[in-house]
Amino acid sequence: MQKRAYYGLYIVIAILAVLPMVLPNSFYLDLAIRMAINAVIVLGLNLLIGFAGQISLGHAGFLGIGAYASAVLPTHFGWHPLLAMGAGAVATGLLAALVARPIFKLKGNYLAMATLGLGIILNIALRNEATWTGGPDGMPVPAFGLFGFELSNDKQWYWVVAILLSVSVWASLNLIDSPFGRALRALHGSEVASRVVGVDVVRYKVAIFVMSAVFASLMGSVTAHYVGFVTPNLADFFHSIELVTMVVIGGMASVYGSLVGAVLLTALPQALATFEGWETVVFGAILMICMIFLPKGLVPTLAAKFDKGDQA
Amino acid sequence: MLAQFLQFFFSGITVGATYALAALGFTLIYNASNVINFAQGEFIMLGGMLAVFFTQAGLPLPAALLLAILVPAVVGVLIEKLAIEPVKGAETVTLIIITIGASLVIRGLAAVIFGKGTHSLPAFSGDAPIEVLGATLMPQSLWVLGVTAVVVVVLWYFFTRTLTGKAMLATSYNRLAAELVGINTNGVLFMSFAMSAALGALGGILVTPITLTSYDAGIMLGLKGFVAAVLGGLGNGLGAVVGGLLVGLLESLGAGYLSSAYKDAIPFVLILFILFFMPRGLFGARVTDRV
Amino acid sequence: MSLLEVNDLSIHFGGVKAVQNVSFSIDAGIVYSVIGPNGAGKTTLFNLITGVYKPTSGEIRLDGESIGGKSPDELARRGVARTFQNLQICMNMSAIENVMVGAHLRLDRNLIKAALRLPGLTRRDAELREEAAGLMRFVGLEKYINARADSMPYGALKRLEIARALAMKPRLIFLDEPAAGLNPKETIEVDELVRKVADSGITVVLVEHDMKMVMNLSDRILVLDYGKKLAEGTGEEVRKNPDVIAAYLGAHA
Ligand SMILES: Nc1ncnc2c1ncn2[C@@H]1O[C@H](COP(=O)(O)OP(=O)(O)O)[C@@H](O)[C@H]1O
Ligand SMILES: [Mg+2]
Repeated sequence: MQKRAYYGLYIVIAILAVLPMVLPNSFYLDLAIRMAINAVIVLGLNLLIGFAGQISLGHAGFLGIGAYASAVLPTHFGWHPLLAMGAGAVATGLLAALVARPIFKLKGNYLAMATLGLGIILNIALRNEATWTGGPDGMPVPAFGLFGFELSNDKQWYWVVAILLSVSVWASLNLIDSPFGRALRALHGSEVASRVVGVDVVRYKVAIFVMSAVFASLMGSVTAHYVGFVTPNLADFFHSIELVTMVVIGGMASVYGSLVGAVLLTALPQALATFEGWETVVFGAILMICMIFLPKGLVPTLAAKFDKGDQA
Repeated sequence: MLAQFLQFFFSGITVGATYALAALGFTLIYNASNVINFAQGEFIMLGGMLAVFFTQAGLPLPAALLLAILVPAVVGVLIEKLAIEPVKGAETVTLIIITIGASLVIRGLAAVIFGKGTHSLPAFSGDAPIEVLGATLMPQSLWVLGVTAVVVVVLWYFFTRTLTGKAMLATSYNRLAAELVGINTNGVLFMSFAMSAALGALGGILVTPITLTSYDAGIMLGLKGFVAAVLGGLGNGLGAVVGGLLVGLLESLGAGYLSSAYKDAIPFVLILFILFFMPRGLFGARVTDRV
Repeated sequence: MSLLEVNDLSIHFGGVKAVQNVSFSIDAGIVYSVIGPNGAGKTTLFNLITGVYKPTSGEIRLDGESIGGKSPDELARRGVARTFQNLQICMNMSAIENVMVGAHLRLDRNLIKAALRLPGLTRRDAELREEAAGLMRFVGLEKYINARADSMPYGALKRLEIARALAMKPRLIFLDEPAAGLNPKETIEVDELVRKVADSGITVVLVEHDMKMVMNLSDRILVLDYGKKLAEGTGEEVRKNPDVIAAYLGAHA
């Protein structure tokens, strides 16, 4: 497709490269790291929701699996963090693949119900298995190290997630403009048309669901190690909704929209802290207003304003 | 043995009746607009909270209860007018986020106005338990079941015997055709939101003397109502009632016999299993999508 | 042996018997038309043969192999392509991507290779883009090679569907009312296009209401009425059939 779509990638890399130099203090560095982590998750989720047109209201559950694999396996069983992270991703992939076949025979609101249910079950399990997970209070996560080198300060974390994010943007752009990505978008555009040209739609939906779930799991592990602590809130219904909101506010089927959505919604709670007690009300109102006035999301709406050409 | 089973059974159908009312609310709005209203649970919470608030303010019980139904109905209509009508025909995800936004606004306002504590409402006709084969039944449970039964009958009458009801039903089958024969489908949308909010609030009022309530009680109740509606087959009124009772019963029996810690997970495990084998719920019509 | 054989095919939707005990066969290399009034079951017949609907009973054979109840993607693998009466264009994609999707089965669809943008894959995709542009020219859409699908007029989208189907390199193509809603000039162009498709060696099955076009193009014609086969034969035979005359003069209604 558009060579132009890749220009955005250079801009993203440039911003990521200079950002640490202009950020005034560690508070902002921490915020930037969390934005980048969310952006990676949202990129994966947007492939599922925006490009393939399949909703998931339970993705935080997968995030939880990754996060708790990284917390529980090293703490209770002495696993190496990298191995734990891999195990979390594999377990997530297997679980997602197992439930995906029957789930993706479902459409629209039934699909919403099934994914929502899955997320809630996972969250309840994390809350209840207190012997392993620390229950509602959560548990500490050991530091992440590799080859005797330990990720300890935020600067190091920043570079790690910045690289992860750049690679994810690049891979997403690649994927969309490939036979696989076209099939994915086609089944969103017209399911029956894509079936008659030979797309096995259930298989594609399953593949992208599993992939986005594994993305979420891996980033769950990263979050856990970075924050050093996990609680079940990471995996709750509300967080699933937050992730979907990032996709939709930034722009469905827009790679750069995913980044914008993640950045804005990660920053929002900080901005709302000034509204003591009213945060929830204001947050809810903002969601509604954005969706009513920009139903296509920020980036696609702006892109359509500035040119009638292509977008990614 | 029997006494224990009966005990679980009673508490199961009592909460089940609340889920049924919530599920009916989902069904009404879904039929009028294809929207899943994720704010449905907040109407349940509002009903209970407002009933507490108005009675504590000194209003006589009937007036307090009436207001506790009317106010949520107005809130429902506001949501419809301000947030649903302007985005008609938007994607499912967009609509889901709008209603979730609405639910956050309501929940947030409830926290600001009523505080974050737990509130209770006195039972309507005392707390003297009724003994049934060794199990005890609270008089309030009879209220819940009785009123729900009356509501179901009234709704049935409304949808099969009155012109407005038939118009609403016609709109759910085919919106365009309904518009062509002169039905005001926006009016139908308006009615649906008012009615479903009122139904939710009613459920909330009835069950609050048993379960207590707080600003965040709506989420789980709403989600379980959604489970019940899907279980019965989205859009099917009778299915919603059966689904609600079934969810309540299985939850109570599961909590009693299997694991009380996983009580809240039971409805969701149930719905996953049902959807795996019956993609349109228990009573959903099997249709072939037109091409 | 015929390319396609249909025996006693039926489908019911609740009480509606949309197709009832229909039998016919199509030889390779011909243009075969299906005609009949609205609601006769023509589109439903296409949906059955292309796997979109599952038959209630009856048999469909392609090259002797029973294909009844197989999914659309399995049929696509066997060289069956189609267009839709109600446009099924992916409006979230560009025009040329809609055509490229038609070549889905001929490409390497691996997810990992795609994410890593391996050179082999991109080279093949660039070639495909050229091929798709060629197909767009073939169907008369050279103006729209760089257009977005959602910016194209109805008549152009009709042809885009044909280009997408051709990208499959099919043996057998089903065209459901390709000229419906087009002006007379466009209709003649589609007429010529269908001829060109047939001449390229693809067996064409056509549903069309424009009788001039049908008579002009078809080797054989099947007439459906209320889901049942009313007549079948060459244009001449069908035209003289008293049942067909009765149905088309409205004596049936
Ligand atoms: N998916 C479906 N569900 C129910 N009825 C259908 C479906 N598809 C087609 N029909 C019915 O089958 C009959 C034939 O329709 P169709 O094949 O579209 O006719 P044609 O293409 O000849 O105009 C019509 O009565 C139509 O309503
Ligand atoms: Mg037709």
